[in-house]
Amino acid sequence: MAKMTGAQAILESLKREGVDVIFGLPGGVLLPLYDAIYSSEVRHILVRHEQAAAHAADGYARATGKVGVCLATSGPGATNLVTGIANAYMDSVPMVAMTGQVNTNLIGRDAFQEADITGITLPITKHNYLVRKASELPRVFREAFHIARTGRPGPVLIDLPRDVTVEELEYSYPELHLPGYNPSTKVHQLQIKRAAEALMSAERPVIYAGGGVRYANAHQELFELALKLNAPVTTTLMGVGVFPEDHPLSLGMLGMHGTKYANYSIQGADLILAVGARFDDRVTGKIASFAPRAKIIHIDVDPAEIGKNVRVDIPVVGDARNALAELNKFVTQKPWSAWNERVSTWKCDYPLCYQKDESVIKPQLVVEKLCEVCPDAIIVTEVGQNQMWAAQFFTHKDPSRFISSGGLGTMGYGFPAAIGAKVGRPDCQVIDVAGDGSFQMNIQELATAVINDIPVKVAVLNNGVLGMVRQWQTLFFGERYSHTTLGQVPDFVKVAEAYGALGLRATKPSEVEDVIREGLASDKPTVMDFIVAKDEKVSPMVPAGASLSEILELES
Amino acid sequence: MKHTIAVIVENKPGVLTRISGLFSRRGFNIDSLSVGATDNPDYSRMTITVNCDEETLEQVIKQLSKLINVIRVSQLEPKESVERELAIIKVSANRENRPEIMQLVSIFRAKIIDVSPRSVIIEVTGDEEKVDAIERLLRQFGIKELARTGKVSMVRGTKVVQP
Repeated sequence: MAKMTGAQAILESLKREGVDVIFGLPGGVLLPLYDAIYSSEVRHILVRHEQAAAHAADGYARATGKVGVCLATSGPGATNLVTGIANAYMDSVPMVAMTGQVNTNLIGRDAFQEADITGITLPITKHNYLVRKASELPRVFREAFHIARTGRPGPVLIDLPRDVTVEELEYSYPELHLPGYNPSTKVHQLQIKRAAEALMSAERPVIYAGGGVRYANAHQELFELALKLNAPVTTTLMGVGVFPEDHPLSLGMLGMHGTKYANYSIQGADLILAVGARFDDRVTGKIASFAPRAKIIHIDVDPAEIGKNVRVDIPVVGDARNALAELNKFVTQKPWSAWNERVSTWKCDYPLCYQKDESVIKPQLVVEKLCEVCPDAIIVTEVGQNQMWAAQFFTHKDPSRFISSGGLGTMGYGFPAAIGAKVGRPDCQVIDVAGDGSFQMNIQELATAVINDIPVKVAVLNNGVLGMVRQWQTLFFGERYSHTTLGQVPDFVKVAEAYGALGLRATKPSEVEDVIREGLASDKPTVMDFIVAKDEKVSPMVPAGASLSEILELES
Repeated sequence: MKHTIAVIVENKPGVLTRISGLFSRRGFNIDSLSVGATDNPDYSRMTITVNCDEETLEQVIKQLSKLINVIRVSQLEPKESVERELAIIKVSANRENRPEIMQLVSIFRAKIIDVSPRSVIIEVTGDEEKVDAIERLLRQFGIKELARTGKVSMVRGTKVVQP
């Protein structure tokens, strides 16, 4: 036992949890904690807006598999984290968010910069804490990290009143005691056998894999199972890369902007094996007509996901890796079947494609070129058309190299998340595939990247419009473009230069590859501004509320 | 369809908010909720009645179980459990009708716990139907005020719902 202040206890606990970086921004009530950080070994990255701290912690967590940590002051600092916390919650990202709070004797009195952040984040955290005594700190931190990273991961918030960080305590790191928290990881053998039998007797199986496969590190087990069964594999946006997309069994992504062949396969299947996925509405389309002929096996670590949106025939609660490894013991090699032939025909007949153009840069071309030049890059995306093209036209082969805001769909996520990813994996090229709308939502983080020497690359697919909303206006609102035109303002090259980053621009298709090569070769944070076709649409598309069978090819 | 669930929770600040917040966020309706300490001061017990179909009930139970402060969630089958509710009812009373009120109280094995020249307070314990019934019958005298606890429930026999 050692005597120390609350602030020191916080840093000691972070050290014990293996935290090597914090993304944060100080404020009044955090002064004692920041004073302790000043003389600590932990790396602190000063962001320019707290939202970016949360997204950076999220990107760091997704890129490394470790718990991301962010820190913001009380009141507005804490509320600025909210979007980032909600984002992490929707995508099950392990995160610990620390917030400052006013002194305990002022809580509830509407003190300066007071916000009830535990109340505010109640529905968007896996759990949260308001620490009232310094002596609680070691236990709270121990629990918070455990909860954030185990079971179905998620964000945990710790609210730290100023006086708690000053108060002294006898420090000892306690054993875990969480009687109400027992995430099930082991799988039920009987259910595994039932699932294996169903898979062996299925004639038209499809594996539908989500982000859970990635978090459970289950991609190898998935690969083995798919090959044994000769079962085509489609992934959700969160699962992009968990199955190599250049493999003959890969169907790419399914759902609203999934491939035609993935959606047709789902609709034609007699058995769907869902792993670590949650039957989101963007995936299923009209739920009543989703996979109408299929039995459903659902493997998920969160029992509440099973049966939430669709009826499930064989539920398997447990860690995806354990479950798939168990399944592999009970299935044997199945031959290439008529079903495989049919799926292959669909793949040939309905490839992802776009109208090439010699004079105007097509956004898809930029993504293809990125893939060509740097196939191993970690691709982070913003939200909207850029995100869908990044998912569709980059050949994703690695389970931890595609980072995107799936559930919440947070514009402004990509750039700070890319900063976090680059901090976590400095040896990888990290590219934020951005739109001009999304990029402007956290563009101030160019300062963070430049000053901390974090050479992320931003590929702005600059069409001067809020493209995805505009696409819907074109299709469903009679081309009435209400407030979706941004105009090509600002000049991103000049903005990049103003911040001390490198700015490059391509206006013609012939310039795309050179700009990419030059941008990626630079050791500076770089903004590559690609002036792209304004009216390009993300295709194919299942209109919201329609069945997956009603997938449309859209002309630009 | 009405369902009763018993929830053992950690006796910590904010736990009730977590539970009620979960219900409102997920669109589940609480019919009644009662909460009190258990024999172990670390835990409280809630009895929640919800009106929903079987699928929603399954979600209610699973979502509640996910809360870190929730130790145990059990569905209580009405046929296999005893259920009680307590109500105190202030009724207008005078010299003329007081005997009739007292007769009703006696039939329901309720109690009069306060008397004044113009009112009485009646305490009644029983299942929901019994409390409803006495409330209905007392209405003719004029109910001035009524407070009900919400249901508490326990499985019959040796089976227990414990942390």
